[in-house]
Amino acid sequence: MEKKNQAVVTVVGRDTIGIIAKVSRILAEHDANILDISQTVLSGMFNMIMIVDISLSEFAALSGALSTLGEQIGLEIRIQRSEIFDAMHRI
Amino acid sequence: MINTSEILQTVHMITEEKLDIRTITMGISLYSCIHPDSRELYRRIYDKITHQAERLVPVGEALECEFGIPIVNKRISVSPISLIAAACRDPLTAARAMDDAARETGVNFIGGYTALVQKGLTESDRRLIDSLPEALAETERVCASVNVASTRAGIDMDAVRLCGEAVKEIAERTRETDASGCMKLVIFSNAVEDNPFMAGAFHGPGEGESCINVGISGPGVVKRALEKEARGAPFDVVAETIKRTAFKITRVGQLVAREASSRLGVPFGIVDLSLAPTPAMGDSVAHILEEMGLEVCGCAGTTAALALLNDAVKKGGVMASSQVGGLSGAFIPVSEDIGMINAARSGALCIEKLEAMTCVCSVGLDMIAVPGNTPASTLAAIIADEAAIGMVNSKTTAVRLIPAPGKDVGDEVEFGGLFGRAPIMRVSPYSSEAFIARGGRIPAPLQSLKN
Repeated sequence: MEKKNQAVVTVVGRDTIGIIAKVSRILAEHDANILDISQTVLSGMFNMIMIVDISLSEFAALSGALSTLGEQIGLEIRIQRSEIFDAMHRI
Repeated sequence: MINTSEILQTVHMITEEKLDIRTITMGISLYSCIHPDSRELYRRIYDKITHQAERLVPVGEALECEFGIPIVNKRISVSPISLIAAACRDPLTAARAMDDAARETGVNFIGGYTALVQKGLTESDRRLIDSLPEALAETERVCASVNVASTRAGIDMDAVRLCGEAVKEIAERTRETDASGCMKLVIFSNAVEDNPFMAGAFHGPGEGESCINVGISGPGVVKRALEKEARGAPFDVVAETIKRTAFKITRVGQLVAREASSRLGVPFGIVDLSLAPTPAMGDSVAHILEEMGLEVCGCAGTTAALALLNDAVKKGGVMASSQVGGLSGAFIPVSEDIGMINAARSGALCIEKLEAMTCVCSVGLDMIAVPGNTPASTLAAIIADEAAIGMVNSKTTAVRLIPAPGKDVGDEVEFGGLFGRAPIMRVSPYSSEAFIARGGRIPAPLQSLKN
C-alpha cells in the first residue's frame, strides 16, 4: 500500500455553532488541507468526517491541538491516518 | 474512497468495543552476548537489548497516535537464557541484565528466561529452573518459561517435577503479593518460537537476529458483531460473522506490524491472531461463548462453542496477514476475563472443564488460582496432564497456576490491572505424589493410527 499522507478527522458530539470553523482553523494552522467533508446532524448529535491531506503537517502536534479543542468544546475529535480504514475495509 | 459508515464502524470498534493491539513484541537474539564471565555477560546483554530496542516504545507510541488505536503493551523477547548463560553458569546475572534493560527501554515485560527441556535437561537448564524462584521474586519485569514436552519428544517428567516444585517455591517467595511471581512463569508443551504474548514469549533458537511480532485482540468486537448480525442464527452464520470480524481486526494488526517493522528497521515476524481478553467489561471471551447461547461459560456446550470460535478466528485472520504465527487462537486466562471470573465464582466453571476447553483452543490452564496448600506434586501432575493434551493433539498448551499462599477455595486473589483477579479454584484432593516421583520420560505419541 502506498503512503497517501491522508488522515481522517472524525468529530462526534452535541451540535453547537462554529464547530466546522474551529476544526478547520486548527487544520489550517497545522498546514493540513481539507479534501472532503461530510456532515450530518441527527437529533442534535453532530457527526462530521473530514478527509485531510497531512503531507505538510506535523502529526503529533496536529493531533494534540485537535484533542485539546475537543476538550474545550465538549466534542470527541479524533484524527487517524487513513491507512487504518483502508486496511480494515479494502482488500 | 472509504465511506462514512466504514469510517464510523472502525472508530466505534476502537472507542466502544475495545479493539486494540495487545502487544508489539521485539524479538532479539542474544547469541552474540554469550561470555563465560558474568560481568561481561551482563554488560553484553544490557547493551544489546537497550541498543536494539531503544526506539521500540517511542515508535509504538507514535503509531498509537497516528492510527488512533491503543497499543497496550510494548515488550521484548530474547533467546532462551539457559543457552545464553550456559557458559558463565549464572542465569541470574542474565535475569538482572534483562530486568535493567527492560526498565531502561520502558517496556513492561521482557520474556525469554527460558529453558527448552522437552527431551532432557542440560546442566544449564537445571540451573535456570532452580533459579526461577529467586529470578522471579527479585526482578520486576522478567518473564520465564519452560518447555517440558513436545509431540516429537514426549514429556520430560523430571522437568515437570522440577517445575511443580518451582511454582510452589515462587508462590512462597512472593506470598506478600498473593504469589504474583507465578504470573510470570509459563510451562509449555510444544512452545512456539515467535509468540509475542507474555509471560511465555521468547525469541526461539530458529529465529533471526531480531523481529517484530504483533499480538492483536478484540473479543469485544467479535461479541458485538455476533449480537448485531448473528443473534439466534444457525452456527454457519455465527462462524461466518466471526471470520469476517477476525479478518478486519487482523488487517489492523498487519498494518501496525508492517509499519512498526519499517520504522524500526527490524524485519516483520508474525501477527498472532489471538482473542486476548482483559478484565474490563466488554472485553471477554467467555461472553462470546455465552452470546452463542450458553447460560454461563462452563456449562455443557462450552467446548463446542470454543472450538468454533477458535477455528473461525484463525480462518478469518489467516488471509488478512502475510505471516501468521505465535499462539493464534482464543485465550482463556481465568483471572483476565470478567466472564470467566464470574463463571468460576458461581461454580459453573471448574478446572476439569477448563482442561477440556484447552483441547480446542489456544494455550491452556492460564492464570488459574488454586489453594496455597496444593502440594508441588499435584501442581506437577496438572502440568503433566496439560502437557499430554498438547503432545497428543500436536498443539501448544501451557500452564500458569497460582497457588496463593494462605488462601483456599472461596477466597479470591487480586492481581490488578490487566492481570485481573481470580477466585481460588478447587483441585483434586487426591495425591499424585507417587506418579510424579517416578521421573523419566513419557514417550512421544504415535502419529498414525489416529483414533
